[in-house]
Amino acid sequence: MAKEKEVVDNSFAKINRVRPVTNVIFTVILSLLALTTVLPMVLVFTISISTSQSLKDAGYSLFPTEVSFTAYESLFKTGSQLLDSYIVTIVVTIISTILGVTMMAMYAYVLSNKRFTPRRVYTFIPFVTMLFSGGLVPSYMVNVKLGLPNTIWILILTGIVGAFNIIILRTFITSTIPEEMMDAAQIDGASEFTVFFKIVLPLAKAGLATIGLFIMVGKWNDWFTGFLYIENPKLIPLQTMLSRIQKQIDFIKNNANVANTPDGMALLKSMPTEQTRMAILMLTTLPILCVYPFFQRYFIQGLTIGSVKG
Amino acid sequence: MSVSVGQAKPKKSLPDKVIRHLKRHWQLHVLALPALAYMIIFNYFPMFGLVMAFQDFKVSTGFFHSKFVGLKNFEFLFQSNNIWQITRNTILYNVAFIILNMVFSVLLAMVFNEIYVRGYSKVLQTLLIMPNFLSITVVALIVYAFLAQQGGVLNQLLRAMGQSGKNWYAYVPIWPPLIVVGYLWKNVGYSSIVYVASLSGIPQEHYEAALLDGATKTQQARYITLPYLRTIITIQMILNLGGLIRGDIGWFQQVTMDSPTLYPVTDVIDTYVYRALKSMANPGMNAAVGMYQSAVGFVLVIIANAIVRKVDEDSALF
Repeated sequence: MAKEKEVVDNSFAKINRVRPVTNVIFTVILSLLALTTVLPMVLVFTISISTSQSLKDAGYSLFPTEVSFTAYESLFKTGSQLLDSYIVTIVVTIISTILGVTMMAMYAYVLSNKRFTPRRVYTFIPFVTMLFSGGLVPSYMVNVKLGLPNTIWILILTGIVGAFNIIILRTFITSTIPEEMMDAAQIDGASEFTVFFKIVLPLAKAGLATIGLFIMVGKWNDWFTGFLYIENPKLIPLQTMLSRIQKQIDFIKNNANVANTPDGMALLKSMPTEQTRMAILMLTTLPILCVYPFFQRYFIQGLTIGSVKG
Repeated sequence: MSVSVGQAKPKKSLPDKVIRHLKRHWQLHVLALPALAYMIIFNYFPMFGLVMAFQDFKVSTGFFHSKFVGLKNFEFLFQSNNIWQITRNTILYNVAFIILNMVFSVLLAMVFNEIYVRGYSKVLQTLLIMPNFLSITVVALIVYAFLAQQGGVLNQLLRAMGQSGKNWYAYVPIWPPLIVVGYLWKNVGYSSIVYVASLSGIPQEHYEAALLDGATKTQQARYITLPYLRTIITIQMILNLGGLIRGDIGWFQQVTMDSPTLYPVTDVIDTYVYRALKSMANPGMNAAVGMYQSAVGFVLVIIANAIVRKVDEDSALF
């Protein structure tokens, strides 16, 4: 430390560094942690491209002993269910992201207007939903009353407006867009709509991208809504399909008396193999894993500004 | 409703004021309307549905004409032995999730802030955030790849060491730590983003002054960095409160493969309600379980808020 202080011309950040040894140790620790996120995905990928025989003999391993892409081939050949689920999930993700972001941005803009007196009531309404919830059963009944189950709307509408996201957006708007700017626009005769669409939306891009990513990821990964409300095979989202397959296999395996009957055995044989399940996993996950690094810059910015003054 | 809250202008009557207000601000009301309608339909209507918990609810007669039965629907809940078990599990897991997640994400952020390998640290961050984007079904399958009785990585290791493999999905002791570690694995990287960002916002002068006074890195962390992070930590705690009510059913149902042997340590109120919904015919009883869940969630929020108030009074929600 003392030695480093003598180097005056270096920037301060450089002087106040941890010792090189510590730096190496920290870097190694973080690299190991990063490995724990990467290796499982590698393992899953390896399983998906292994042959059944090698899995039986050698178990799951990071290095495939015999490589075959039959799992993917058979999925693409017979996978009309997979294709349907892909379409459902993509459509649901896009529509609900647009709907949710738009509704919440409009609401957040209203909350950010300090001279709008009913603002208090409007702030209180989402706040209450943070504390109380009707729970699963009454929600279920309401959705049934609305005729939503077994339609694509239940998948789209569930959980796209949330109090936390509204608060993050409101804070983002108040802290990044100067009030004077909006005032000036209104003095020039701009309506609230114009201010919202022409000033707030373009300037709050990072905030919108953050919330949008939240909804996108949530929707892409949502298995529960489909599980609870969807019977029609044409409308089953990807993750629900994945968990259904898993459940069926577990059920048969856990019930020896079913598994040992001829019917049960035939059923087990027709079930997707280990590789197929892992292949489905890769196919359902890859899109989101390819997308998020590009959004990273935005959501880091959005999360930071939005939550610092929660 | 609260339009009348504005400055009192004695000459104008209430309807006049409403009209004046609407003339000026109708556009704001219109902008708020969609989200407002959404919350009323999907958040507030179900709250009224809780009335069912006190009714002998019949779908044919509906909310308004079903017979009220007092607390009868709650009796079964409190008579069953499960109530203590699911309440304990819910609370313990949630407390562990929130506290450990906070501790580790702050630690991670501070370590991130110190390393200086240009470019590489960005890559590390991207990788550590990744699990946050995996769905819980996917996590369940990954866990399965490790724990499967045949071929699972863990049993292979055991066999390689000459021991026999276990049926992990029926082996209770590993699950509480496994679920907590899994949760941290999935969430810590992502939660640390906010802290990393706010660390870079700490004014450099503080550190310069500390360095001149001969403070070590550890002392700087203890006396500058941590106090500076206090506000953001409490705010993050508050943001986490919402999750307390809506426990993530995936960890306890998907990842455990819903194995009944594990219920003593993995059954939480959410999973219980879910099974009740699927198996019980009586909607009133279901609603009673749901209501109990809301009550526990509410108590958790109050407790957490009290803790936040202790740490930083200004950040408390109420």
